[in-house]
Amino acid sequence: MEAQYIYIGLAAVFGIFMAWGIGANDVANAMATSVGSKALTIRQAILVAAVFEFLGAVLAGGAVTTTIRKGIVDATLLSDTPELLIYGMLAALLAAGTWLFIASRNGWPVSTTHSIVGAIVGFAAVGIGIDAVQWNKVVEIVMSWVGSPLLAGVIAYLIFTSVQRLILRHDDPLAQAKRYVPVYMFLAAFTMTLVTILKGLKHVGLNISLTGSYILAMAIALVVALIGAFVIRRIQPDKKLDRKQHFYTVERVFAVLMVVTACSMAFAHGSNDVANAIGPLAAVVSVAHTGVIGAESALPIWVLVLGGAGIVIGLATYGRHVIATVGHKITQLTPSRGFAAELAAATTIVIASGTGIPISTTHTLVGAVLGVGLARGIEAIDLRVVSRVFISWVVTIPAGALLAILFFTIFKAVLP
Amino acid sequence: MANLLANMFGSSPVQPLEKHVDIAYRCTKELVAFFEAVIAGDWNKAAEFRNAIDAYEHEADDLKKEIRLHLPKSLFMPVPREDLLELLLVQDKMANRTKDVSGLVMGRKLQIPAPIAQDFLAFVRRNVDAAKKARKSVRELDELFTTGFRGAEAALVESLIEELDNIETDTDNLQAKLRGQLFEIEATLDPVSIIFLYRVIELTGEIADMAERVGRRLELLLSH
Repeated sequence: MEAQYIYIGLAAVFGIFMAWGIGANDVANAMATSVGSKALTIRQAILVAAVFEFLGAVLAGGAVTTTIRKGIVDATLLSDTPELLIYGMLAALLAAGTWLFIASRNGWPVSTTHSIVGAIVGFAAVGIGIDAVQWNKVVEIVMSWVGSPLLAGVIAYLIFTSVQRLILRHDDPLAQAKRYVPVYMFLAAFTMTLVTILKGLKHVGLNISLTGSYILAMAIALVVALIGAFVIRRIQPDKKLDRKQHFYTVERVFAVLMVVTACSMAFAHGSNDVANAIGPLAAVVSVAHTGVIGAESALPIWVLVLGGAGIVIGLATYGRHVIATVGHKITQLTPSRGFAAELAAATTIVIASGTGIPISTTHTLVGAVLGVGLARGIEAIDLRVVSRVFISWVVTIPAGALLAILFFTIFKAVLP
Repeated sequence: MANLLANMFGSSPVQPLEKHVDIAYRCTKELVAFFEAVIAGDWNKAAEFRNAIDAYEHEADDLKKEIRLHLPKSLFMPVPREDLLELLLVQDKMANRTKDVSGLVMGRKLQIPAPIAQDFLAFVRRNVDAAKKARKSVRELDELFTTGFRGAEAALVESLIEELDNIETDTDNLQAKLRGQLFEIEATLDPVSIIFLYRVIELTGEIADMAERVGRRLELLLSH
C-alpha cells in the first residue's frame, strides 16, 4: 500500500493550501470588524484570531468536517472503487484552492465554502454519477446559505435595537452601558460555549451531560462577564473628547465588549471554515487508511490541528494585510454596532457549525451588518452588496464544479 | 481585492455635512468684520473680508458637490437621501446669501447711513448668531445617527432648534425695526441707494431664514 501515503501526502498539502487561503482571506473579514472599530489593534486581532480560530477548529469544527467528508457524496455507490472518492476529494480541494487563488488575484468576491461545496458536488455528479450526490443534503446546505445571512440579520437587528433602547437613547448612556454591557458579554460567552459543548466536543471525544453542559457554559460565561465588568468599571469618562462626540466614552465601553465578540467570531469562523480545508483531507485519510468506504472511523484529531495551524499561518503571512485594508474601510462600524454584527454572525455561524452545515462566514457577516443598518444603526450602506453576494454565488459554484471535474479526470488518469 | 464587507459601506455623509455647515458658518461670520469696515469707510479692508467670504463660499460649494457625488441612489441610510441633500442645500444657502449681500455692497460701494449703522451691525450679528446655532445643531448629526434619531439626543437637538427659532424671530424683529428707521431718514438719502439698502437688509435677513430652515430640515430627520 505505497499509494496510500501519496494520497494522504497530497491531500495534506492541498488541505494546508486551502487552510492557508482561508486564513489569508476569510479570517480577515471576521477580524476586520474589530480592527475597523479600533477595539483591537491589528497585532491583538491576529493574536485573538490565532488562538480562537485554532480552538474553534479543533473543539467545534468536527460536525461540519463530517458533512464535507461524507455528507455530500453518497459513498456507498463507491464501495467497489474507493480510490474514486480519493481522486474526487483531492480534485475538489485542488479545484477550490485554485479557484480561490484565481478569484482573489482578479479581485472577485468568492466564498471558500461555496467553492468547496461546488467542487465536491461537481466531481460527484459528473465524475461518478448524478445519484452519487446526496441532493437532499445539498439542498439543505444551499437553503442555509440564504437562511444564515437572514438569521444573522434578524439577530443583529434585535441586538442593536436593544442597545439603542437600553443604552444609547438614555439620558445617561455611560451608566447604562456599564450596567448592560456585561450582560451582553455573558450572552456571547454563554452561546459560544453552550453550542460548542453540546455539539462540538463529542467530536473531540468529550461527553458532558445536558445539565452539566448548561452549568459549565453558565460558569464560563459568568467568569467572562465578571472580568468584563471589572475592566469596564475602570473606564473613566474623557470630558474633553466626550464634548466633541457625546458617545466617545460609551463606545470605549463597547470596545471592551467587542474583544469578547471578536473572540467569539474567530472561534465561530474556525469552527465552520476549517472544514472546507480538512473535510476532504479527512475523507482521503479515512479511505486510504482503511481501504474501504464508510468505515466508522473517528475524525483524527491531527487533521483538525493541521487545519487550525494552516489557518493561523495564512493569517500571519498574508491575512494581516487584508485585515488592515478592510478594517480601514469599515470605520462606520463603531464598537456599539460592530459588536452587534459580530455577535449575531458568530451565533449564527456557531449554530450552523453545531448542526454540521457549511455556510459562508462572510455572507453571514454581511447579513448581520445589514441587520444593524435596518435598525438605523449605520450611516450609509451600499445596497449593491446584495447583488454582489448573489453574483459570487452563481459564479463560484459552477467554477468550483468545473475545475473539480477537470482535476478529477486528470487524477483518474495519472494517479495509481 | 474586492471585499464584500469593505465595499458594503458607502461613504458616510455625516462628517462632510458637519464640515460643510462649519465652512458656511465661518463664511457668514466674516460678514460682521466686513460691515464694520464698510461703516468705517475702509474699502480696502472691506475688500479683504469680501475675498475671504468669497473663498469660504467657494469651499462650501466644492464640498457640496463632493457630498452629492458620494451619495449614490444605491445607498441605504437611516434617513432619506433627499432630506440630507435638502439640508446640504440650505446650509449652502447661508454662505450664498452672505456672498450676495457682500457683493452687492462692495459693487456699489454702498454706504450704511450713520443713524442706522449700529442697529444694522447688531442685526448682522444676530443673523450670524443664527448661523452659529445652525452649526451647533448640525454638529449633533453624528450623535443623532448613533442613537437612531430618538431619545435624549433627539431631545437635545429639538431644544437647539427651538433656540435657533428664537434667534430667527429676533432677527425678524430687528429687521422690521431697521426698515422703520430707514424709512424715517429716506428724505436725506439718494433714492437709488435707498432701494439697495432695503435689498441689503432683506438679503442679510435671509441668512437667519436659511439657518432656520437648517433647523426645519433637522426636525424632519427627527420625525422619521
